[in-house]
Amino acid sequence: MNLISSLRIALIALRVNALRSALAMLGVIIGVASVIVLVSISEGTKRAVEEQIASFGANLLIIRPGSSMFGGRHGGAGTADPLTDSDVEAIRNEVAGLAGVSGEVNASSTVVFGGVNWSTRIQGVNPDYFSARDWTIAEGRTFSGAEDQSGRRYVVVGQTIINELFDGADPVGQAIRIGGQPFEVIGTVAPKGENSWGMDQDDIIFAPLNTIRQRFGAGIRGTQRDAVQTIYADIAPGESTGRVIADIQDLLRIRRDVPPGAEDDFAVGSLAEFIRARNETESQLGLLLAVGAAIVLLVGGIGIMNIMLVSVTERTREIGLRLAVGAKRRDVRNQFLIESIVLCLIGGLAGLVTGVGGTLIYAQVGQLDIAIDPMIVGIAIGASALVGVFFGLYPAHRASRLDPIDALRFE
Amino acid sequence: MSALIECRDLVKTYTMGDQTVRALDGVSLDIEAGDYVAIMGASGSGKSTLMNLMGALDRPTAGSLRIAGEELAGLDADRLAAFRNRTIGFVFQQFNLLPRTTALENAALPLVYAGVPAEERRRRALSRLEQVGLGERVDHHPSQLSGGQQQRVAIARSLVNDPKILLADEPTGALDSQTSEDIMRIFDTLNREGITIILVTHEQEVAEHARRQIVFRDGQILEDRS
Ligand SMILES: Nc1ncnc2c1ncn2[C@@H]1O[C@H](COP(=O)(O)OP(=O)(O)OP(=O)(O)O)[C@@H](O)[C@H]1O
Ligand SMILES: [Mg+2]
Repeated sequence: MNLISSLRIALIALRVNALRSALAMLGVIIGVASVIVLVSISEGTKRAVEEQIASFGANLLIIRPGSSMFGGRHGGAGTADPLTDSDVEAIRNEVAGLAGVSGEVNASSTVVFGGVNWSTRIQGVNPDYFSARDWTIAEGRTFSGAEDQSGRRYVVVGQTIINELFDGADPVGQAIRIGGQPFEVIGTVAPKGENSWGMDQDDIIFAPLNTIRQRFGAGIRGTQRDAVQTIYADIAPGESTGRVIADIQDLLRIRRDVPPGAEDDFAVGSLAEFIRARNETESQLGLLLAVGAAIVLLVGGIGIMNIMLVSVTERTREIGLRLAVGAKRRDVRNQFLIESIVLCLIGGLAGLVTGVGGTLIYAQVGQLDIAIDPMIVGIAIGASALVGVFFGLYPAHRASRLDPIDALRFE
Repeated sequence: MSALIECRDLVKTYTMGDQTVRALDGVSLDIEAGDYVAIMGASGSGKSTLMNLMGALDRPTAGSLRIAGEELAGLDADRLAAFRNRTIGFVFQQFNLLPRTTALENAALPLVYAGVPAEERRRRALSRLEQVGLGERVDHHPSQLSGGQQQRVAIARSLVNDPKILLADEPTGALDSQTSEDIMRIFDTLNREGITIILVTHEQEVAEHARRQIVFRDGQILEDRS
C-alpha cells in the first residue's frame, strides 16, 4: 500500500472524529508551543548577552588588586597593594598581543554649566580606554597621551550629560565647572544606553587620568600617588585570551613580589567570560523549563497513544476486513502509524503557530529579548513526528497483531 | 489432475478454559474448479469454521488443506494474506463495507493491497460494480445504499482481484427473500462464467441454486449430494 493512500485513509479517519482528534492533539500543541517559546527566549537571551559583551568591549580584560574580582570571594581586595601607572606601562610594553591598555580612577562630583547642576561619575582614564571599552567618539576628539601626562583639564562627555547640561546642544568647546574647577569639553561619545542591570552608561564624564588624580585625589591610597583602581587591557583580534592572561599574571607576580606558590594578590578577569558564566546559571533555569516542556510533550504523547488505542479498538472490524482482503501486518501497522504521525504533525504545526504567537506576546508584555529562528519549524516538525512515531508504535503494533477472524467478528 | 480444493482429515479445535470444542472433526472433501457448492447444517455444526479454513483466514489444528496446489497448513500470517488477496473473494453476511467510503473505493480495496496503481484500481472496480448492476451508484457511501445494494458492492469487491474461489458465508442472511433471489442470480451468472462458488446457507431455496449440497453435523459431513 502506498503512502498517498495511507495518508488519505489517515486524514479521513481523523476528520471523522475531528473534535476527539483536536483534543488528543492538545498536549502536542502545548508541548511544541512551549518548546518554541523556550527556544526563542533562550536564543534571544543569548543574543542579548553577546550584544552586552560587545558593548563592554568583547576582548576586554579587567585587572584589579585583591585575589578575586567577581563573585562572592573578595579575598582582601582592600588590603592588597594598589596597581599603579607603572603597572599600566609595564603591561603595555611587555605583554604581546594587546590593542590597548588603560588605567582607570573614579570620582563623582557635581558638574555645573550655566545655571544647571548635575551630579555624575567622573572617570580618569588613559587615551586607550575609549577603544578598549568600545566607546565611539561622536563629536570632537579625545585627549592625547601628552595631554594626559600634563594633566590638562579636558573632558569627553556622555549623551546624558549633553541632555542634562546642554539641553542636547553640541557641547564641544564649552567650559564647565567640575567640583568648582574649570574644564573644557573637547569631545562627546556615542550613546550606549542602559546596561543589563539598568544603569545609564551615558551618564558619565571622561577626563585624563592624571588630571583627575591631581584635582580630585582619586585613586590615591596610602603613600602611592600613582595608584589606579582598575586596569583595562584590550586583547588584539586573533590573540589567545588564555595566553595574554597568563603573561599578565606572570608579569604582575614579578612586579609585586608574589612568592612562588603563593596565591595572586591581584585578579585578571575576562568580562566576556564573566558574563557568559553568569548566563550559564540562567541557562540552568532554561534547562528546567526544557524539562517541563519535555514532560508536557510526554503527556501529550500518552494522550496520542490513548486515542490511537481507542481508534484501533473502534475499528477492529475494519482491520479484520482489511486483513481478510489481503492486507499484510505491516500494511495495518503503517496505516495506524501514519495516522498517529499525521495527528501529531497537525498538532505540531498548530503548536508552531501558537508558540510563535505566544513568543511575540511574551516579548511584547515582558519586554524580553526574543529571537525567532527558522530552525524552530524543524524543531516543531521533528518533535511532533517523533512523538507520533514513539507513541503510535504500540497501538499500531497491536492493530497489526489482530487475528482476522476475531477482528471480523468483533462487535 | 487434482481438485481445486483438497481437504484431508481437517480438524479444528477451540479451547475455552478447560473445555475443548471440536468445531471440525475430521473433514475430507474435494471441490473441483468451477463447482457451485452450498454448505448447510445446524447452527454450530462447523460451517463457518470450514469456510475460514478454505478462505485462508485460519489454520487447521490438524489435517491438510491444499488449494490450487498450495498447502496452506504451514503458511505464516503474511503469506496467508497474500494468498487470500490472490485467490479468494469473500462475501460476508454483514457486508463489512468501510463506512464513509464510496462504493468505488470499497470495491477497489483488495487491489490496494495487491499494489495495483490507482488508475487501474478505479477501472477494475468500476467494471465490477457495473457487472453487479451498480454502475450508477459508484460514489455513494454504504449508508446511502440499501442492504441488497451494499451486498452487491461487497460482491464487486470480492471479484475485483479475479479470484479463483468465491466464499460466501450466509450472503443472504441479512436480506429479504426478493433481494436474496437477486443476489443468488448474480452468483449463478458468476458461476456460469467459471468461478468456483462455495456458500453457506440455512435456506433451502438458496441452496437449490448450487449444484452440490453438503450438510454438516457436529463438525462432520453428514450428507454430500450433487
Ligand atoms: N473463536 C472461537 N472460539 C471458541 N469456539 C468457537 C470459536 N469459533 C467457533 N467456535 C465453536 O465452534 C463450533 C462451530 O462454529 P461455527 O461458527 O463453525 O458454526 P456454524 O456452523 O457456522 O454456525 P452458524 O450457523 O450459527 O453460523 C461452535 O460450537 C462454536 O461455538
Ligand atoms: Mg456460521
